[in-house]
Formats: sequence, C-alpha cells, structure tokens
Amino acid sequence: MSAMPEKNTMPTGEAHENGTVFDPTSLEGILEKYRGAKGALIPILQQTQASYGYLPRPAVGRIAKFLKVPESKIYGVATFYAQFHLHPRGRNIVRVCLGTACHVRGGEGILDAVSDELKVKPGETTPDLRYTLERVACLGACGLSPAMMVNDTTYGRLTKKKIAEILKKYE
Amino acid sequence: MADINLTIDGKTVSVPAGTNVLEAATKLGVDIPRLCYDQELSAVGACRLCIVEIEKMRGLPASCATPVAEGMVVRTNTEKIRKYRKMTLELLLANHPQDCLTCDKNGDCRLQEYAYIYGARQDTYKGERKQYAPDDSNPFFIRDHEKCIVCGRCIRTCAEVMGIGAIDYTWRGFKAKVTTSYDVPIEESPCVFCGNCVTVCPTGALQPRTRVGQGRSWELKRVRTTCPYCGVGCSIELVINRDGQVVGVDPADGPANHNKLCVKGRFGFEFIQSPDRLKKPLVRKALREGKRGPAARDSEFVEVSWDEAMDLVAKGLGEIKAKHGPAALAGFTSAKCTNEENYLMQKLVRQGFGSNNVDHCARLCHASTVAGLALSFGSGAMTNSIDDIAQSKCVFVIGSNTTEAHPVIGIQVKKAKRNGAKLIVADPRRVDLAELADLHLRQIPGSDVALLNGMMHVIIRDDLYDKDFVAARTENFEALKKTVEKYTPEYVENLSGVPAALLVEAARTYARSGGSAIIYSMGITQHTTGTDNVQTVANLAMLTGNIGRPGTGVNPLRGQNNVQGACDVGALPNVFPGYQAVTNADARAKFEKAWGAKLSDKPGLTVTEVINAAVRGEIRGLYVMGENPMVSDPDINHVREALGDLDLLVVQDIFLTETAKLADVVLPSASFAEKDGTFTNTERRVQLVVKALEAPGEARPDWVILNDLARRMGLGWDYRSVAQIMDEVADLTPIYAGVRWGRLVEGGDAHDKGLQWPVPANDHPGTPILHTQKFSRGLGQFAAIDYLPAAEETDAEYPLVLSTGRMLFHYHTGTMTRRSKGLNWIRPEGYIEINPETAAHYGIADRDWVKVTSRRGSVVTRARVSDITSQRVVFMPFHFAEAAANVLTNPAVDPRAKIPEYKVAAVKIEKAAEAPAWAAAKEVAAGGERK
Repeated sequence: MSAMPEKNTMPTGEAHENGTVFDPTSLEGILEKYRGAKGALIPILQQTQASYGYLPRPAVGRIAKFLKVPESKIYGVATFYAQFHLHPRGRNIVRVCLGTACHVRGGEGILDAVSDELKVKPGETTPDLRYTLERVACLGACGLSPAMMVNDTTYGRLTKKKIAEILKKYE
Repeated sequence: MADINLTIDGKTVSVPAGTNVLEAATKLGVDIPRLCYDQELSAVGACRLCIVEIEKMRGLPASCATPVAEGMVVRTNTEKIRKYRKMTLELLLANHPQDCLTCDKNGDCRLQEYAYIYGARQDTYKGERKQYAPDDSNPFFIRDHEKCIVCGRCIRTCAEVMGIGAIDYTWRGFKAKVTTSYDVPIEESPCVFCGNCVTVCPTGALQPRTRVGQGRSWELKRVRTTCPYCGVGCSIELVINRDGQVVGVDPADGPANHNKLCVKGRFGFEFIQSPDRLKKPLVRKALREGKRGPAARDSEFVEVSWDEAMDLVAKGLGEIKAKHGPAALAGFTSAKCTNEENYLMQKLVRQGFGSNNVDHCARLCHASTVAGLALSFGSGAMTNSIDDIAQSKCVFVIGSNTTEAHPVIGIQVKKAKRNGAKLIVADPRRVDLAELADLHLRQIPGSDVALLNGMMHVIIRDDLYDKDFVAARTENFEALKKTVEKYTPEYVENLSGVPAALLVEAARTYARSGGSAIIYSMGITQHTTGTDNVQTVANLAMLTGNIGRPGTGVNPLRGQNNVQGACDVGALPNVFPGYQAVTNADARAKFEKAWGAKLSDKPGLTVTEVINAAVRGEIRGLYVMGENPMVSDPDINHVREALGDLDLLVVQDIFLTETAKLADVVLPSASFAEKDGTFTNTERRVQLVVKALEAPGEARPDWVILNDLARRMGLGWDYRSVAQIMDEVADLTPIYAGVRWGRLVEGGDAHDKGLQWPVPANDHPGTPILHTQKFSRGLGQFAAIDYLPAAEETDAEYPLVLSTGRMLFHYHTGTMTRRSKGLNWIRPEGYIEINPETAAHYGIADRDWVKVTSRRGSVVTRARVSDITSQRVVFMPFHFAEAAANVLTNPAVDPRAKIPEYKVAAVKIEKAAEAPAWAAAKEVAAGGERK
C-alpha cells in the first residue's frame, strides 16, 4: 500500500466550483415554495438550475437536507436526465452538429477543430467560463452541413479555418 | 394469515403469504442463482439471474420480486431458463474486466461461480467496455467500478440497513455507475466506512484494501471469534494469510450483529500485529538493583526474563503487604480481558493481596448502572436483547450517541424506525440519531433527572401510566408521585432548556406507544448524579410497564467488549463473582471455602478512590492489567501524581501505554486474537474468544501471567486451561452456573449464539429478557429522586460546559485504534466541537488551534466548528493522549457509584497562538513520510 496522505479536512462543500462562494438566497426562496409538497425534486432542480445556471454541489446538499433525501440520490436523479448540468456552464454554448448529414460532410473534423481551439472536450467548459462545447445529434440545418450553433446563431458550410474567427466574436 | 401452497420443481411447499418465490424455493432447498437479491434488502429484480418459469404467467419473472400465490407451479431450472441465465451472465462478462487470474476475489466471486456453473464465456459478446478509474484514495476499501455489475446491493445496504445513502446509481444505461454525489472520493461523502457494502458485493468491485495480494479465499485461514471493541459483541472472523498475518476481518452471522460490522471492528485490526507490541518483560534498571518507588523510575527499562520479572513482582507485592498491610495493595483489572482473566485477577486481589481493592474501568462508564439498576430492579444489566430493539414501537435514546459508540446497535435503532417505531432522542448534542428522530430533546448537560421527572409528571397527570403494572409489580409509587408533582413542564423547561410542549409530546409518545424501549449510555451514567439518573430512567420504564416484554426495557449500552463480564465475575470492590456482596457472610463463607483463604468483609476501594488513596500514601502497590488510567481517568495530572507516589506499579498490557511508561515492571500480554476465553456483551451474552495466532515474542495470555504470579505468591494455583477457570466461575456464580466451555465451542448447544445470563443450569438455554414475571429483587422499586445540579457549574471565568465522549473512528484511550492505519488516517487527531456562534464570539475558525482550560489544567486542540453542539456546550472526544480531554475533566464522583462526572466540566476557550508541540512533531514526521 502506498503512503496515504492524512485526511485532515472534512468536506464542507461550501465553495462554488469556480471559486466563488455559494449564495443560498435564491435557493432558499425556491425551497420555501415547496415546503411540505410531494414530488418536488424535479421542479426544485429545474428552478435551481435556472437560477444558478447549473446545479452547484452546495445547492444539491441543501436540497437533500430540505427533502430529507440522501444527496447521492439527488445526484442520481440529476445525472439521469440530460437536462441537468452538474458543472458551471459557459457564457456561450457551442453546439457542433454530428447528425447524419453533418457527419457525412466532416462534422467530426469540425468538432475536433472547435475542441482544439477551445482546449476542452465535448461536454466541458473552458476554465474562464467563456464557452461550453457540446456535440448534438441534429440541429435541423442539414442543408447547411456541416453546421454548428453558438447560442442562438447557426453557422453552416463550415470549414476548419472559419472556426477561430466565429468563436472570437463571443465574449 | 393462512399459508400459501405452491409447487416448485415438482415439490410442494407451504409458506406465509407475501413470501417471494425465491425464498419459497430456498425453503425447499432449491438454490436459485441471484446476484442482486439479499434477504435483508428490498428486492429489485435487477440482475435477471433468478428468473423462473411460472405456469400461467408470461415471460420469465424474477423470482425474488414475485410473491407466491396459491397453487402456483414454478420451474427453476429448465433448459430455457438456463439459456437465458447464461446469456445474462455473458452480457455481464462482456462488460467486466477479464482478470480473474489476478483478482483477489478469485474463488469468492459470485459472478465467477455462476459463470462456471452456466458455462458462460467472456468472449461471447464483444463491444465497448465501461472504463472508470478505481477510487482507491482511502485505506479501507477500493471501489473498482469496472468490476461493478450494478446490482445495487451496496446501495441498498447503505440506504436501507445503515440509513446513510452515501452512494446511489448515477447516470444511466451503459454509463450507469454506483457512486457518491458528484462522484467525489468516498471519504468526502457521508460514508462511515462500516464496510457492510463490501460484505454484500458479489464481485471484486468493493474489496478491502488490506487484502490486496494477500491470498485468494482458499489460501486464507479464518477464525471465528468476538470483536474486541465495544460492548455490542459482534461475531467476527479473523482472516489470516499464509504468513500468519491478519489481513482482514469479516463479519460472522453472530446473534448481536448478523453479518454487520462497524469501521473499528472491520478495519481496526492492525494493532494486533503492530511493531509496537510488547514482546519481553521490562523492568526498571534501578529496580533490579534493589531500589524501588519514585527514585527507581528515572532509570530506564531493561528487558528481562519472565522469571526475573515475576519474582520481582511477587517479592515487591509481598513486601508491601508485609510492611503496610493488605489494604496498601490494589489491582485494576480490565474490561478488555476475558471473563476468566478478570475472575483470576479479582481472586488474586482477594485471596492473595488480602483486600477487596479490585476495580476496573466499569467505574468510569457504568458503575452507576450497576448500582442504580440493582437498587431499582435487583439486577444491573441490559434487560432486553439487541435483536429486540427492532421490534420496539418507540425507542427512547437518552445520553447515547449510539451510531458512533455502538454502531451495530445503531443499525437496530434505525431498523426499528424503519419498522414504524417512534424515535425520541434526548441529547445535548445533535447526534446522528437526533437527525432521524421524531423528537429531539436537547437538554442542558446534567439535567436528566429533571427531564425524566418532567416526563413522569406528564404521564401521571394525563393518566397514561400503567396502573396494573404499578400495582402488581412495584413498590414506593406514592413517594415517586409526590416527588414528580412539582416537575411541571414549565419548571422542567427552566432546568433543562427543553421546551415544555416538546417534553409533553415526548412523554405522551413514550407512554402511549404500546411498547417502548429505553436505550441509554454514558450521557446518563457519567454524572455525579449518575445513580440518580439511572434510577430515574428505571422509574420511567416501570411507571409505564415498559419492562419484561419484547421491544421494551431499560437498556444500558456497555462501553467495552467485556465490561459486562468483568463486572459479572466480580471485578468490583464490593461484590464477589455474580454480584454476591463481600459483606454477606454466607457469600464470603462460600468463597473462603472455595479459595481456601480468609477474605476481607470490607468493600474495597474504587478506581477513583485508589488514585486518591495513593496520593495520601495509603495505597503503596498497584497492579494494573490492561487499563490506561493516564488517559482514561479524570484529572490526569492528579493521576500522574498518584501513580508517581507508589512504591510499586506493575502494568500488564499489550502496549507500552501512557500508564505503562510510569511503571516499575511491565509485563507483555497476549491480545484477544492470541488466547482463548469468553467475553460477555452488553446484552449479557457470554461469547467465545478463540485463539487465532501465537502471541508475539514472549508475550503471554493474562491468565497465564496471573497464574504464574499467584504460584510465586504461594497461593497454590494451578490453572491449565480456560475451561478449567470457567468451571470454577460457574460453580461459584449462580448467574453463570450453566456457562461451560463445552457448550460454547464447536459442537456445543450454544456455539453459534452464546449464552445470555442468568444461565442457572447446564441445560438452561439462557435468558433473553430479564424481569418477565418478577424483578430480580421481587418488586421493582420506585426511587423518589430530586434534581441536583452538576458538581461544577459555569461562571464568569469558566463559562462553557465541556462534555466528553467517544467518536466513531477511535476507541477508548486509542491504544488499539490509533495503531490501525485506516482509523488513524481518517481521524489523526482530536478536536473540540464548538457551536458556530460561540466560535464567532471567541474569534475561532474551523481547524484553528484552541486552548481549552478548566480548573485542573489546559490542553491545545483543533477547533471543529459545528452546530452539532449548542452555544453553551463544547465537546471533546477523549481518545487522544497528546491533547487529553481528561486533563480537563472533573474528578468529582457520584457519592454512591463513585463514577466521575465526565459529562460536565466548566471550561474556557481561547484561540491558541501557535500549534502545540505534538502537532508540529507530527507534521515533521508526516512530511518525512511523504518524501
């Protein structure tokens, strides 16, 4: 067995993932609406995400206490549904399409190029919280393939060269 | 409800309605394969291995999740079923590492076993395999997610049995992973490392870290014995590799634990073969040269032969006795040692030393129970059995942090709650069970009599007491009634801080449940009013008739593995074995005849009194077997002074403890794993301790050492076996009359379950519940008791109440747990728990160094800022010698039981300017290790 570092600290879970301190005010307001209500977990998670942009661990811990449900169970629910995000999201969401048409026309290469440019893998967020990269099945813009969306804007007929320029526009 | 008849594989069986098909088959001896099913857990039907064919039902239902129905016709092993089971196994294997050759689970793996039985190959299906890094950041167990078949047994054990829920299914489909919230390493989750998930894991996904590379199942030797930690008395198997090293502990299906364990029992075994074990007798150099007493103690220890050491001890004790009389000698025996050893120790003191100055640490934990319950009921022990708790309709836990101090009994309390029982917790701290409780009464430390009198006031006022029981089974009710009259809820609120309405609700809940059990521990006993507290608890149970039936009772949880037994066999200064008073002439005559010696009729000195008498020079020689008063006793500075004044201090132990370091002679003894004997657990159950290993070096079992000493003192002992000692105990101790070696060993009628005393005869099966028809003393006696404040009250200078106690990961004076790697890793140091508001007031932040001072001394320890404790109360665990809580505690004792008031001391706190020397030294050591 290798030498173990001593475990000195107890988890407090009070710091936000991006270093800021978690402010529970908004969460407390959400919880208050559901005091005593049954089947409240999903709406609480949705509203928490709407308020914080994702589900911060301290929020999930607080929800667990409020509902008297183990935190692991809530995490299980949150990871079961694709709609919940466990990590902070970027200010700009980049969705690269890998639907059939985009796939045929080199969508994979586009995704790699975006990934290289942002230095994150699909599903990840840049440390400065500027971008979140996602791969999606179809944007419904097959005629423009290969395509991607940044926030609400669709970009089509992409080439690797265009990527950096497009991304640069988003702060 | 009528039983249901069904046919399984052509055989008919009759089972209660609600039974599932799998269990019905098991009853017929038909073994249906299963991976996710466990009788104790909810059935989820997830693994699809226990599928069966049932006539008139479509498909292949999972037998674990299908309840029986009248006339059902079931087939469990058709070709079709075998085909599907094989396919299921092959699908599992396709997503499982193919490394049986190097897996420690090899030979003990359910997946491997079924693959063999069904001829399932690993290469039938090819596809992506899940790839997850293992979590091996903790020293207890490794979580190898790739070997996980997602059966969920661990999840259900954690949630349903332990009530914790540290892990759950996360993600879904192919990605599904059993893990913690946010997938953090397990030590950052609420996990308590009981390892009960490891027990139930059918594959190698959860494996004890200490066993990696130590041998496959067929290479390991297993010896069933009894856990050496708390009073629960879990049955364990020591797992020993080919080199004779203990590499793990597995639970056994014992009556107290049913295959469960806690972190200490499972992972706290490394002390057994610690390099620190004493291997040779040690004697002060100066003592060899004929000098004795304080002057000799500056000289160093030298290793000597047993002969030399024992001669020195026998001679030294003899000289003190000759010069100062029998009363100048005393012996501390040990709740860690076996019944047989405790019997011999008290016999040595009574027969050899010639006094009754024998006592042990029961004085420090449950002396007030022994005294108080003997007065109320006639018998000072837990009235009911551990198993019985889960049947209770209401569990009232007062002054017991059950899930930390007696974790496996904590499981029973949680089970009762799951079964629908009400749970009332009275504790100044918001302990784990308080979180689960229906009602949490947060009394001021030391106000228990007021609180309980208040509950009785309400019960009598509201006419909720059991008049038949009171009339038929008890006496002195009118006095009680008169006394509790003034304890109105409002009056009690003033004394205890418990809101009046909450008190009323608690009283009504307890009285109306139809079967309430009281569980208490040191929050009740360790007070100057300890005996009062115990008798008041007994009053409450008698008043409501909650005694003598399953699911009721007064259940003191004893602290040490054999503290019950040590008391039972007479390791107390006022009684011979079996609580026969030394002042009773008949009893004395019996023992005088058996031991062939004149015995003292004068009750001896208690542990706390011996210390005081040593300071006064009245005790000159002290023989300590397996106790460590330099950490465990109150006001350690005072203890050090007392021990320093002795002419002769002999310590018999497995380690050079803080106390042994002050001794003249240190005798190396065998641990529980290296000797035979019996321990008696908290529910009065005498259980076997079995030798699994040879003792290190020249260490000897305590009973062998005592026998040798007695021979050298000319007492004519000749004990050749533990069985022989047990026979002598049985012959002299009515409650142990039927406790015989032959009944407890393999092949005996009590081998698997032990014997619960009283066991009045060799064919008596033991007594699970006391006082069923009448109390041991005849009628139960109500004691009219008024509230008295604690001995030391807070004031302007010492404004906070210090309460001390145990924590989950360490045990008693730490000699064992602090030598076990995992336990020491997770809690390497002590702390003081401070409420956030109090901490803010003193400018103290979490993990700051804090100087804690009482009227007796001061220590520096870490702050743990937590709302577990309230503003006026701070708490320290007492396991840490370098910052010992007992430097601070008050040695004031209960006038009757002589138990010290560990739960209330007035202290002040301040932020310490710098880390204490011990912490700095430790950091240097740790830094070195990391490099």
